[in-house]
Amino acid sequence: MKPGFLSKNPSVLTFILILAVFTLGVTFLSEAYGSGVISTSMVKTLGKTLCLCLIAIAMDLIWGYTGILSLGHFAFFGLGGYMVGMWLMYARTREIVLSSAGGVLPMTPQELQDAIATQIFGVVGASELPAVWSLAGSLPAQLALVVLVPGILAFVFGWLAFKSRVTGVYLSILTQAMTLALSLYLFQNDSGLRGNNGLSGLQNIPGLDAVGQDALSVWFLWVSALALGLGYLVAAFIVSGKFGSVIRGIRDDEARVRFLGYSVEGYKLFVFTLTAVIAAIAGALYYPQAGIINPAEMAPIASIYLAVWVAIGGRGRLYGAVVGAAFVSLVSTWFTGGRAPDLNLGFYTVKWVDWWSVLLGLSFVLVTLFAPKGLAGLVDLFQGLRPPKRGGTPMGPSDGSLREQEAVE
Amino acid sequence: MRTTLLALTASLCLALPTFAQDSAPQTPVPVETVEAPALTGLAAVLAENADQIAKPSRQTIGPVIAAIGAAGPGAPAFLEAWADKRVGQRADGAFFLIEKTKDGYALTDPATGADAGTAPKSEISELKPNSGVRGLIASALVEFQLNDPDPAKRRAALDSLARDGGAEHIEPLRAAIDNETDPAIRAQKERLEGLLTIRYGISTERRVAAIEGFGSDLGLDLRGAINPLLVTTRKAFKGAPEGNIAEELRPGRHINEEEAYAILVAEGLAPARLTRAALRAALEANVENGAVAGIPVAELDDPARRDAAYTALEQAGKVPAGATDDEVTAAVAAHRYADLYAEPDAAVTTAAREAMKGIEMKVGVMQAADLGLDALSLASIYFLAAIGLAITFGVMGVINMAHGEFITMGAYTGYVVQLYISDYTTSILVALPLAFAVTFLAGVTMERLVIRHLYKRPLETLLATFGISIALQQIFKNIFGTQARPLTAPSWLDGAWVLNDVVSISYIRIAIFVLALVFLGIFLFVMKRTRLGLEVRAVTQNPSMAASMGINPDKINMLTFGLGSGIAGIAGVAIGLFAKVTSELGSDYIVQSFMTVVVGGVGNIWGTLAGATLIGTLQKGIEWLNPSNTLAAQTYMILFIIVFIQFRPRGIIALKGRAAGD
Amino acid sequence: MSQLLEVSGISVTFDGFRAINNLSFSIAEAELRAVIGPNGAGKTTFMDIVTGKTRPNEGRVLWGERSVNLLRMNEAQIARAGIGRKFQRPTVFEDQSVAENLMMALKANRSPWKVLFWRAAALDHARVEALATEVGLGDQLERKSGELSHGQKQWLEIGMLLAQEPRLLLVDEPAAGMTLAEREQTTALLVELAKTRAVVVVEHDMEFVRRLNCKVTVLHEGSVLAEGSLDHVTANPQVIEVYLGR
Ligand SMILES: Nc1ncnc2c1ncn2[C@@H]1O[C@H](COP(=O)(O)OP(=O)(O)O)[C@@H](O)[C@H]1O
Ligand SMILES: [Mg+2]
Repeated sequence: MKPGFLSKNPSVLTFILILAVFTLGVTFLSEAYGSGVISTSMVKTLGKTLCLCLIAIAMDLIWGYTGILSLGHFAFFGLGGYMVGMWLMYARTREIVLSSAGGVLPMTPQELQDAIATQIFGVVGASELPAVWSLAGSLPAQLALVVLVPGILAFVFGWLAFKSRVTGVYLSILTQAMTLALSLYLFQNDSGLRGNNGLSGLQNIPGLDAVGQDALSVWFLWVSALALGLGYLVAAFIVSGKFGSVIRGIRDDEARVRFLGYSVEGYKLFVFTLTAVIAAIAGALYYPQAGIINPAEMAPIASIYLAVWVAIGGRGRLYGAVVGAAFVSLVSTWFTGGRAPDLNLGFYTVKWVDWWSVLLGLSFVLVTLFAPKGLAGLVDLFQGLRPPKRGGTPMGPSDGSLREQEAVE
Repeated sequence: MRTTLLALTASLCLALPTFAQDSAPQTPVPVETVEAPALTGLAAVLAENADQIAKPSRQTIGPVIAAIGAAGPGAPAFLEAWADKRVGQRADGAFFLIEKTKDGYALTDPATGADAGTAPKSEISELKPNSGVRGLIASALVEFQLNDPDPAKRRAALDSLARDGGAEHIEPLRAAIDNETDPAIRAQKERLEGLLTIRYGISTERRVAAIEGFGSDLGLDLRGAINPLLVTTRKAFKGAPEGNIAEELRPGRHINEEEAYAILVAEGLAPARLTRAALRAALEANVENGAVAGIPVAELDDPARRDAAYTALEQAGKVPAGATDDEVTAAVAAHRYADLYAEPDAAVTTAAREAMKGIEMKVGVMQAADLGLDALSLASIYFLAAIGLAITFGVMGVINMAHGEFITMGAYTGYVVQLYISDYTTSILVALPLAFAVTFLAGVTMERLVIRHLYKRPLETLLATFGISIALQQIFKNIFGTQARPLTAPSWLDGAWVLNDVVSISYIRIAIFVLALVFLGIFLFVMKRTRLGLEVRAVTQNPSMAASMGINPDKINMLTFGLGSGIAGIAGVAIGLFAKVTSELGSDYIVQSFMTVVVGGVGNIWGTLAGATLIGTLQKGIEWLNPSNTLAAQTYMILFIIVFIQFRPRGIIALKGRAAGD
Repeated sequence: MSQLLEVSGISVTFDGFRAINNLSFSIAEAELRAVIGPNGAGKTTFMDIVTGKTRPNEGRVLWGERSVNLLRMNEAQIARAGIGRKFQRPTVFEDQSVAENLMMALKANRSPWKVLFWRAAALDHARVEALATEVGLGDQLERKSGELSHGQKQWLEIGMLLAQEPRLLLVDEPAAGMTLAEREQTTALLVELAKTRAVVVVEHDMEFVRRLNCKVTVLHEGSVLAEGSLDHVTANPQVIEVYLGR
């Protein structure tokens, strides 16, 4: 009688299987551990894509399942990156300073710190280590901050917003404002995080100088795949039980959930904070592969793109989010990387570097209008699942409720 | 100090003809000793002092210049020419104003101004007074210029005095006030006299009176005159501080120990502290067998060990003594410190300080007024940018993320119009309605094709319009490139309306303010007085009821959306006049526009106005608190808004009841 | 007789319009009460106040033996305290199955953390099945509730209310849109329910109210016009005027 977790979530097994095959495949085709068909930079791109899939899962949890269109999750992603980046940059600079230290006397801790600070903050004309860097020397501390800083920020922000029952577009705009405030803050030189220079050289892992980038890229691919797999499992666990019922209830009709005795605000806050933490972890894995992080990455537009990925993939199902993020970001890379062949129309040559955004924007509009299920709709088509006929009424009165075309019979 | 002042006073007296005649005993009085045609006036003076004039020296020429100045007609012209090196002495000793010709000089009699023939080169020796002498001549000339019949010359003289007047000019200036007939120039003279007195006057009473005479005048020149009086320097004293003390500084209260010690070091009263770098260098210079003073080098990564090593070296006499903490404390305690005014006269500095307080207070008030104007103009920009958004959001519940691109579209329309119409005034007049038309059409198209299908789905609308926004932005980039395009304001909008030295506002901003007011008026008129407005309000409040009464909500929605977009286009032209017209122009304003709408409250134009005012004021206010950092200002402003929304989730002016969606 | 819910002197204004005007009302444990009144009398608003959706401008709402002040609690807390509500329009979670709807309503700890790790035990499944059978949806457990007919949704919602095991049930126009047979079934159910808990039924339909056979409160313009048995109140000239006069 009791259906098991996996049988209730058939996509989990398939997903884990595909992910494992993919990771192994890339490993055997990589330069470091295989035939070298896939270049190191490609491996990095794939690893980064896995991280984007992870944050897409977070986005799907908050938007697809809970109905909150957050336009701020990339801020948490970026914050996670910054937290890890601080350790990477500090430890790496420390190595460099120690190895290049001249002079007869060994350095005092103060001298060492000053030298590191001068190295890191020379570009913004400062030579003192800001207070926010006081834990940068310790990996465990910074890893804890990866979770704590975005988690606490999300908690405080969410607590304020949900408590006063800000919903719908208001909440979206408010999350966007939060992202903007954060990125503007980081753009300042005296924010203590190198202003618009951001943190760089993150691809060099301290203590692993002997390991080449080709091997490192595969390692990171594995870690990212592991995180993605775990993230998928956790998300599937969350949405499958009664908790999933409650948050989907909130998405479709939050007032009704309240009258059932559930504290809607508490649930929203829980999901918001949890997804912020997932996003931060994704960011912490992403930026060492990207090598550089700066505040522009956290501009509001990035978070909107995140929503676009999930929408194109199909919101409200986990695999939809993953497929959307992977598909759009990879295609995007291909088009904007200049490798897509130009399209000659006779009177005008379409250069994809220039026209990709237009294509993406318009296809996104088309998806929203005509295929709200996104790519996941193809799966439904394949399985013969059709949307219910409800004469256009959505599945509930809340702003984030599923539309008629998004549901299945 | 005192002696130099005396010397100055002396030279002042010498330089002043009026004074000179009765106070300086050694003034050479023209004596009529020569037979033949008795020389009078200038000619006499020149003849009398011929030697001095030919070879002037700064020390002695004063009385001579004074005498020339008092000699009557021709004197100013002569002095001017002398200073300009246009005077020559003929072999016979007579002076002439000279003008180089092809083969010699044309001569003019200095006293009469009559033509005196020519002379070959060899007969004339040009007078070349040195710069010191020329300075004396120039100040003597000032008197003449200040009394020149030509007002333009008088003004020019005043201007040059305002730039670099000195003590020696005070008396001629005073003398020139009484017979001034032009009231404006007279006022200018009086003001300048006051300023010069404040800076260079001799008698304390007059200076204090001059300072007090100005009250809390806002002129930069006044502050320029008073500020130097209040300049202070920090000094250390063995005993009680002496001099014109601005403030005694007690270590621990006004200054910390480090600062106090720095004063001592700067005055050579104490040895400099041992810096970490110096310590390190000293230790490195004394490494012996892998140890410094017996302490192994490996242990010297500990600051305490380094200190110990240095002390050991010090005791061994190998390094100079560095000031230790105890010594520093003792040295600091043994002295007293004070800020001293450079100006020795305490009465003057007190008056100056009082005056400055008054001025600063008034400047503060004026700055607040200026800030208010700035805030108002920023608010009108936000209002313009947000009003279209407010209409579509308020009436249709639609967040249009492409609103920013409509603003950009308006600005680019203005740019394209200027490509064809070169007269800026006409082109702006054409661009405004054209921008409205273009964006109106774009808005209607978007409503028909996209938004209509997403009614009651605000979140999906937000995302779909975002898709349109990125497409449009890229299309702009492809058409117009990434560099800024010029959109030039007509020249009558250049410049600023200057109220005083503190308060001013540029005409463009005034124009935008007016434009915002006009829009407010138009909007209110349309909503309250026209059929369209009635129908729009009906559809907003109850679409199905409106539909059953024969109103076509579809049409109303379309028109409303077109209207909102059209206003964005006009806002684009206005913003383009002062901001860089790029494809990102609109997106720079979009978040602020959202904030304006959200903070103000949806569905109410007064709410939008209130929101714009709040956000504009807030941003300017925060910028004023931290002027160097506009990024921080925006950050704090957004934080404020986030907190604000907590307390008024529906904005300043909230709709109540069922229309609000309860 | 100890009161379960005691509402005294509440008033609400919307933009200057007094929807509830100095209204007092009380109901005892295991009592069935009908509230009638013309459209706009404030019946729904009264329920909104009791369930925490609307805050009154003045007055007191006290609950239970310990006289807890409901005005200090939010909707979820009030629901957890034991007040269940059925809306005028049937509101169920249309994208979820009947079983999921009932499971969500089942009385259990509501805190996010507990809910996250909560897994249905055999007992819970049995309870859900029993409830579904009780409201006539026993064979529809796995269907999405959005596909149910209007009447079935009403029943599902009642089932969810039962699953909550409230001590006080507020039912807003339950018979609206039901067939005659369904109405009779509903009356029977309500009467049955009122044996173990307090039930307040808001209804327009006099026939329906008559079948309930209970004390009736008549609301008019936000305050109580009359109270007593149905025959008593229908004999009241004011009530007649309000219902028939205009
Ligand atoms: N949120 C609200 N805003 C404005 N008016 C309201 C609101 N809620 C109820 N009202 C008004 O209060 C009165 C009572 O409404 P209601 O309680 O729904 O009546 P009914 O007895 O028919 O259920 C009605 O006139 C209604 O228009
Ligand atoms: Mg009602």
